[in-house]
Amino acid sequence: MASDWKSFEPVLIPDIPNLDKIDNYIKNGGYKALEKVVKENGWTPEKVVNEVKEANIRGRGGAGFNAGLKWSFMPKPDGGPRYLACNGDESEPGTFKDRKIFEYNPHLFIEGALIAAYAMQITTIYVYIRGEYYSWIKMMEKALQDARDKGFIGKNLFGTDFSVEFEVTGGAGAYICGEETSMLESLEGKRGYPRVKPPFPAQKGLWGRPTTINNIETLANVPGVINNGANWFKNIGAENHPGPVLYGISGHVNRPGVYELPSGVPVMDLINEVAQGVRGGKKLKALIPGGSSTPVLRADQLDGVSMDADSLREAGSMMGTAGMMVMDEDTDMVDVLWRISHFYHHESCGQCTPCREGTGWLEKILLKIKNGEGEIRDLDLLLDLTTQMEGRTICALADAAAWPVRHTINRFRDEFEARCKKSVHAVA
Amino acid sequence: MEETYEFTKEDLDEIEAIKAKFPEVMPATLPTLWVAQRRFGHVEPPVQRLVAETLGLPESHVHGVATFYTQYYKERKGKYVLDVCTTTSCQLCGGYKMLHYLEDKLGIKAGETTEDGLFSIQSVECLGACGYAPMMQITNDVYVNNLTEEKLDKVIDSLKDGKMPEFESVGMPLLENINNK
Repeated sequence: MASDWKSFEPVLIPDIPNLDKIDNYIKNGGYKALEKVVKENGWTPEKVVNEVKEANIRGRGGAGFNAGLKWSFMPKPDGGPRYLACNGDESEPGTFKDRKIFEYNPHLFIEGALIAAYAMQITTIYVYIRGEYYSWIKMMEKALQDARDKGFIGKNLFGTDFSVEFEVTGGAGAYICGEETSMLESLEGKRGYPRVKPPFPAQKGLWGRPTTINNIETLANVPGVINNGANWFKNIGAENHPGPVLYGISGHVNRPGVYELPSGVPVMDLINEVAQGVRGGKKLKALIPGGSSTPVLRADQLDGVSMDADSLREAGSMMGTAGMMVMDEDTDMVDVLWRISHFYHHESCGQCTPCREGTGWLEKILLKIKNGEGEIRDLDLLLDLTTQMEGRTICALADAAAWPVRHTINRFRDEFEARCKKSVHAVA
Repeated sequence: MEETYEFTKEDLDEIEAIKAKFPEVMPATLPTLWVAQRRFGHVEPPVQRLVAETLGLPESHVHGVATFYTQYYKERKGKYVLDVCTTTSCQLCGGYKMLHYLEDKLGIKAGETTEDGLFSIQSVECLGACGYAPMMQITNDVYVNNLTEEKLDKVIDSLKDGKMPEFESVGMPLLENINNK
């Protein structure tokens, strides 16, 4: 399995020019999966849900939850509106993959979302894209209009009684709106304060109605599953975390970018072969494997580790969004951690005290250490703070802020201690 | 005297189209603030009032939304707002160096605006272009990738001539050379 990736043919963003043009997408087999499930009697909504559940598409937005299982949580239709909210907020530092789908293969995502809508008997789909992606919002508006003009969106698709609306809307600069319930608040036109769960969105989502939230890349995997079957998907990549993955590789590498490969590619292959190694012939120091909230791994922890949930958990980190940030031997880990903490402090919505105050304390203490004014006991204060923040808030932003602090200090303790003043306690 | 603001007929048509996307009027708040900011260059309180009146929503609600999201300019900025990303990948690849180069070049600090009102500089959080670091976004619109001092010089010159850089498509790197190895 490990070296199979070299012969992998991309499916999310295949090497076909102008796939963003709807005619070209259709010519290459596009919208066939949608037509199949909507028109063929054998493809009941339940069958679509089961097929996707069986394929085990684990959410590509970071949580890694089985998408089909999530769909099955929707209550039975009661005649009222039901929503699918597609999460294109993509704001976790290190993550820049969904914009590739908007730009190069928007109809694959649109088709996947429409199939999801059929499976859950959704009446309206919204795609929420971060406000900074203005250029990509415009691309999606165009793609949706093209799909509407071809009759793939609107009333009575393929002459059946299945009708669905599909709209794009944008944020305005708030990381927290990538949190699913915050995104719902933002879609409703409010400040993006995450909601207390339960009730879960499947019970009470947009305007109090049943709603499912899926990531863009997750939905883009759906047409392939319908066309080729769950088994085809399950045979790609890692056993418990199958399918193609858009790896975003950035930082100190020779060839950064987004690469589509199977899940479970060895981390060192991605760094050394795919991204062509560390810049300037320097040594690798550390890797943040899946966006800034996933725990950093030292180079010596990466032997035999592959990019899938199981392997990364064993190594002491997480898959997250597969946004890999590579750091060379000259990287100052105190600086890196301070900047990450600044990010989470800036982006805390302020609703919960442990997060609002905790993220501020983390940043303040790290700034003090960065400036050479810290003491050894500040490191333990930071670690103590992380346990006081974790799991004590409405959403996971506090956790996302706490994990990098805990793991970066524990895994690079020497470097942090070296930056601290010798405290009286330490000398005694 | 407070300036007065009015939407054009075109703006009002756009706002109607936005409202039609949703079952209620409140969801139009964010997109309408965008229409306002693109029209007036900012969303200071009188503009927030206009948005509230146009949508028939409380001004307090619009103010709450405008102040939650960082991309809305609650105070006036320069004609070109240079949002330099300094979050992790950009930090690793010289984002701060680019920020300081711009600060020196324009004689202002991040958060400030040049006296002629042409440029503002901001140090911003991750813009989702990590593979093309360091980078910046200009006035909530186009991304400029893989910044160097020379590239910044060129961009500033072209902005002074009133020309926004074009959208730069960053392709998917091909793997062929690896596969054929």
